[in-house]
Amino acid sequence: MTRQLIERDILTRFRSLILRRLDDSAVFRIGDLKLAYSTDSFVVDPIFFRGGDIGKLAVCGTVNDLAVSGAQPVYMTLSLIVEEGFPMADLRRILDSIRDTATKADVEIVAGDTKVVGAGGVDKIFINTSGLGIVIREVSGSNARVGDKVIVSGFVGDHGIAILSQREGLDFKVPICSDCAPLNSLVSLILKTSEEVHAMRDPTRGGLATALNEIAIQSGVGIRIYEESVPVRDEVRGACEMLGLDPMYVANEGKVVVFVSSEDAPKVLEVMRGHEHGKDSQLIGEVTDGPRGTVIMKTRIGGERIVDMLTGEQLPRIC
Amino acid sequence: MKFVEEFQNPRLVRSLLEQIRSLAKRNVTLMEICGTHTMAFFRHGIRGMLPKTVNVISGPGCPVCVTPTNVLDAAIEVGRRKGVILATFGDMVKVPGSRSSLEIEKALGSDIRVVYSALDALRFAEKEDGKMVVFLSVGFETTSPGTACTVLDAVQREIGNFKLIVAHKLIPPAMRALLEAGEVKVDGFICPGHVSTIIGSEPYEFIPKEYGIPCVIAGFEPLDILQSILYLLRQIDEGVSKVEIQYKRSVRPEGNPVAKRVMSEVFDVCDSDWRGLGRISESGLELKERFREYDALSIFDLDLGEAVEPAGCSCGEVLRGIKSPTECSLFGRACTPSKPVGPCMVSSEGTCAAFYRYSGGATKR
Repeated sequence: MTRQLIERDILTRFRSLILRRLDDSAVFRIGDLKLAYSTDSFVVDPIFFRGGDIGKLAVCGTVNDLAVSGAQPVYMTLSLIVEEGFPMADLRRILDSIRDTATKADVEIVAGDTKVVGAGGVDKIFINTSGLGIVIREVSGSNARVGDKVIVSGFVGDHGIAILSQREGLDFKVPICSDCAPLNSLVSLILKTSEEVHAMRDPTRGGLATALNEIAIQSGVGIRIYEESVPVRDEVRGACEMLGLDPMYVANEGKVVVFVSSEDAPKVLEVMRGHEHGKDSQLIGEVTDGPRGTVIMKTRIGGERIVDMLTGEQLPRIC
Repeated sequence: MKFVEEFQNPRLVRSLLEQIRSLAKRNVTLMEICGTHTMAFFRHGIRGMLPKTVNVISGPGCPVCVTPTNVLDAAIEVGRRKGVILATFGDMVKVPGSRSSLEIEKALGSDIRVVYSALDALRFAEKEDGKMVVFLSVGFETTSPGTACTVLDAVQREIGNFKLIVAHKLIPPAMRALLEAGEVKVDGFICPGHVSTIIGSEPYEFIPKEYGIPCVIAGFEPLDILQSILYLLRQIDEGVSKVEIQYKRSVRPEGNPVAKRVMSEVFDVCDSDWRGLGRISESGLELKERFREYDALSIFDLDLGEAVEPAGCSCGEVLRGIKSPTECSLFGRACTPSKPVGPCMVSSEGTCAAFYRYSGGATKR
């Protein structure tokens, strides 16, 4: 639905060639500087969850979009839209979390805006952030090459299941924490290790499956992945089985998927595993010359299936 | 969380496939009647691994899909009433009614909430006692005991602002209706594991006895499914027909007596309308007379107008197993998961949604 809106109603009106690339960040030159620029809005419910909160998410979301474009985030803006009557203690807790995460990501918040709207105008608090970064080496989603290996930086689906398990009406007990984390130091380490990193993406909404499909389409290649190599925690797999969800489509907020030449893949994997946000990294598949724009999964039992784009939101099933 | 990978052991899979191949001498059509089976076949890529002679089709096993339009229209209408919270399962929210859907109503301001069980809806009622919480309760024998327990709980705790629209259905009568209609030739049934955990194996006995068709109650992991197919092929090969339980770790012949007792304490069996199959006698559940005060439909005076089925939609034929989703003229064009025309494209367990998703429908678009 959102995709359709973007293609039909937004891209037809705003004709910027930079925008049309639909990458995680806009990458452009000003003078001698190559910059990356990105923005994101955060409306998560619940606003506090195991492993994070809306504030941490607002920093990580923008930092990670810059990082996977090959940029080192430098400056950020922060806009808060707060519902009247929102508890000050909660607001302070969110602001502290924003400060701590920004410090950890080594990014400076340099401009901001605060609006308070009437009750019901927003649901508790909405946050928008934007970020500016200096491009270390431009990485887009359209440069994955046949023969590249695909590496994911750890367990998938943790964030989505953590959120869902704490949403009102769906409470179930799983000791899963969101993976919400700033990825810029991991990504800069990856870029330092190999000149042959061809594409990266942070698989947020729509999960790993959607990120892989986007790259397959943008790069005009096929992607083949192996179900048994995709790291999924037992608890997440169990929760997904119960709710009828597929972990491949569940959101992550602290993962990166990396497309790197097969020669460099072993050393990239090794340095990723040495980093705190990449210790469970796995090689999950490779880029093939066809079918173009298609992701195929070899299932654990030896079957094959197409891993399609997510259309609409995954909803918990009945039984 | 063990027992997932154990049931996907590639070595055992290969061995079962070999045995299946050696028995699959002639063309057979097997029908599964459970949305979770529909999805499992696709998710694990099982169809592509089976010999060409083994054709697996889906029957009316998706509870969302078989819920008729007039039930949705009623829920939509109730949701519009002031002070009402309408709670239901996620899949129901997107299904188009005659003129709207719960998703659209939510966007227009109705208080529609997604829950995982009836008990969650009861919790809303407890928390918001100024509101009337109406639970749209659909599903087969798997979900109806949970609903029944919730009703008893509401009675015991005197929670008066909790009501239900009960649209529960029973699987064995639908199987009989399919067989009576005789539109599709089925050589064996892969019977639903969850439903059978509640009802046991006895309710299927009429199928081999009266129609001579083998039945195997199957689990949901790849090894379960392949073993069940093997059992069916063996029966066919030996010329016998009986009900076998493959899913022994969950299903007992007598089912779950506690669940069955609770169901019969709260519900009466009634005739029921199924999308695609029409009215089937004694195939649904309704609240017993003494629980009528919990029946939302008898409280609200609803003026629904005539239920309108979507034009050109083949969900009925798909649910009866006589059409494959790809044979529907709307499939993948006018009807996609983001803009579904019929319920089989909405539910994650719907046959059309499964076909669309696992045939790369969205990326090809």
